[in-house]
Amino acid sequence: MILVKTRNLLKCYPMGLRKLTALKDINLEFQRGEFCGLIGPSGSGKTTLLNIIGSLDVPSQGSVTVLDKKIEELSHVEAARLRRNHIGFIFQTYNLLLLYTAYENVEFPLLLIEMPEAKRKKKVMDALDWLGIADKADSRPAQLSGGESQRVAVARAIVKLPQLVLADEPTANLDAENSFNILEMMVKLNREINTTFIFATHDEKVIRYLRRKIHLVDGQVVKDEIVNQERGNPCRH
Amino acid sequence: MPALRLAYRNVVGKGLRTWLNVAVLSLAYVLIIWHQGIFIGMLRHGSQAMIDYEVGGGQYWHRNYDPLDILSYDDAHGRIPAELSELISKGKATPILIRQAAIYPEARLHSVLLKGIDLSQTVLKIPSHHLKNDKEALPVLIGKRMAKRIAMKIDDYITIRWRDAKGTFDALEGKIVAIMDTPATAVDKGQLWVPLEALQKMVQLENEATLIVVGRDVVSIQDLPEWKFKEPDFLMRDIIEMVRGKRVGAAILYAVLLFLAMLAIFDTQVLAIFNRRKEIGTLMALGMSRGSVILLFTLEGAMNGILAMAVGAIYGIPLLVFTAQRGITLPEVTEEFGFAIPPKLFPFYSVGLIVGTVFIVSLTVTIVSFLPTRRILKMKPTDALRGKMS
Ligand SMILES: Nc1ncnc2c1ncn2[C@@H]1O[C@H](COP(=O)(O)OP(=O)(O)OP(=O)(O)O)[C@@H](O)[C@H]1O
Ligand SMILES: [Mg+2]
Repeated sequence: MILVKTRNLLKCYPMGLRKLTALKDINLEFQRGEFCGLIGPSGSGKTTLLNIIGSLDVPSQGSVTVLDKKIEELSHVEAARLRRNHIGFIFQTYNLLLLYTAYENVEFPLLLIEMPEAKRKKKVMDALDWLGIADKADSRPAQLSGGESQRVAVARAIVKLPQLVLADEPTANLDAENSFNILEMMVKLNREINTTFIFATHDEKVIRYLRRKIHLVDGQVVKDEIVNQERGNPCRH
Repeated sequence: MPALRLAYRNVVGKGLRTWLNVAVLSLAYVLIIWHQGIFIGMLRHGSQAMIDYEVGGGQYWHRNYDPLDILSYDDAHGRIPAELSELISKGKATPILIRQAAIYPEARLHSVLLKGIDLSQTVLKIPSHHLKNDKEALPVLIGKRMAKRIAMKIDDYITIRWRDAKGTFDALEGKIVAIMDTPATAVDKGQLWVPLEALQKMVQLENEATLIVVGRDVVSIQDLPEWKFKEPDFLMRDIIEMVRGKRVGAAILYAVLLFLAMLAIFDTQVLAIFNRRKEIGTLMALGMSRGSVILLFTLEGAMNGILAMAVGAIYGIPLLVFTAQRGITLPEVTEEFGFAIPPKLFPFYSVGLIVGTVFIVSLTVTIVSFLPTRRILKMKPTDALRGKMS
């Protein structure tokens, strides 16, 4: 089943009088259950592409279909609904809500979809358990380490069991140990509930886990390779 | 969306800044209600005094009677109309005859009004029963302000000079039989109350009156050919206008106070939207629409108003209840108000006042909280996430 499909995607940003082409001729398909990444140097357009797939941005030309919805045709409210119901985001800088506890941060997406209290509580605790941070439920982001913060962010992204998780440099601020832990969790999630993951990264630690590597250079796909590797057995460290 | 709950979390999480705003706002609530309560109390007390001592349930005025034109008084009299005689005999209306006169206390001339009132009337609180006929002198009832002004005590004698209906001067001795302590200055200053029948005889206007005060319980009232009915609201329009003027004047104070509170809230909002642009981006990424984010920020601002209500209630309710029960002692200068101000004023906090104040303040807070959030409409989620204002 095709989850995401881009057709002749072009994205330009106005740069003074000229235009900067951030993405060009992107034709990609992502299947359900993929564990793949956009790889490329800084400025190659990884974040831009991820944001468009995540309906946070729109293409300048071409078409992007996510879960049978054309991103370029969605209203702001419809895009918000798509994200709310089906997409989880993980950011390089965690982006936790600073006034909320870890528990409340993870609970937030469920509040948005108005899940009833009892069910919500269970889901939040499950997610925290899953990521091994149940004991940090009442801590606020300021009291968490980077690794813990990112685990809360992952729990927040996956708690509603979205179809698609988009992770932009999720390990860039983490050490090897924490990166490894986070990635193992993601792999496990992908394996156990078939959640689709798309990364944007240039971190070797992440790249080793990917089963599909899409190489971007100057906004264009230069290589799209499927890696044949045993699941859960990447070469470590 | 449980925006209210999220907003509450955010507001309380903001700490000191929130509590400063809340403190100023709560002061606005309490001060407005307290202050306005005093004016309403003043109006209620003043109009009650007027109703009790002067206005009753309204007055029939002889068509020539114009209270602002003293010279008209001597022509303003007519036979008490038959239509009202039943009410009068039942004690539900009472005629009053007004004549000009002069008195000479301490050898100085004072112009006064002689007001003839029925001894047995109960329509007004004027203690006319004191005016029992006395063979040697005309019994006179005065108010305490008048007594002070002309330096008279009970049992003092006073020479009264007046003109009868034909314009002939006449004079006689009056005797102060009672001094009344009334909150209504309008029945006190410059007036001598005398028995109606005696006055009618003195001026040869038997069975005539200048005005007829109707009891408060009389309902069916029509104008009569020679007599025009004046509603209590008309008769009390001066005091109503005066208090209204004072209330409006006080609004300037509230406006300043509210302005300060609003400035603080506006500032907090603008700053919050700027500081929290990355958070706004995150909220959008998590699936909140711009509208929901705007609602959230607006509610956060409006929550200041709700918290202020709670905080205001904590110190405001005891203050309001205490003053409403114990009254407020007012300084002497309040005699200048021109209407009855009691030495102890009981503020009155009506439901309308409280609901109205809460409504206006909350509405203002909400509008002020909303205005800066329109900035969010122009924000792109991607820019917000990067901490950029778009
Ligand atoms: N909002 C924007 N306005 C103008 N130019 C932008 C904007 N966002 C991205 N760009 C430009 O588009 C290009 C691609 O940016 P993008 O952020 O997608 O790169 P990236 O591959 O994610 O880089 P990095 O690895 O540094 O995160 C860059 O040249 C960048 O300067
Ligand atoms: Mg990037």
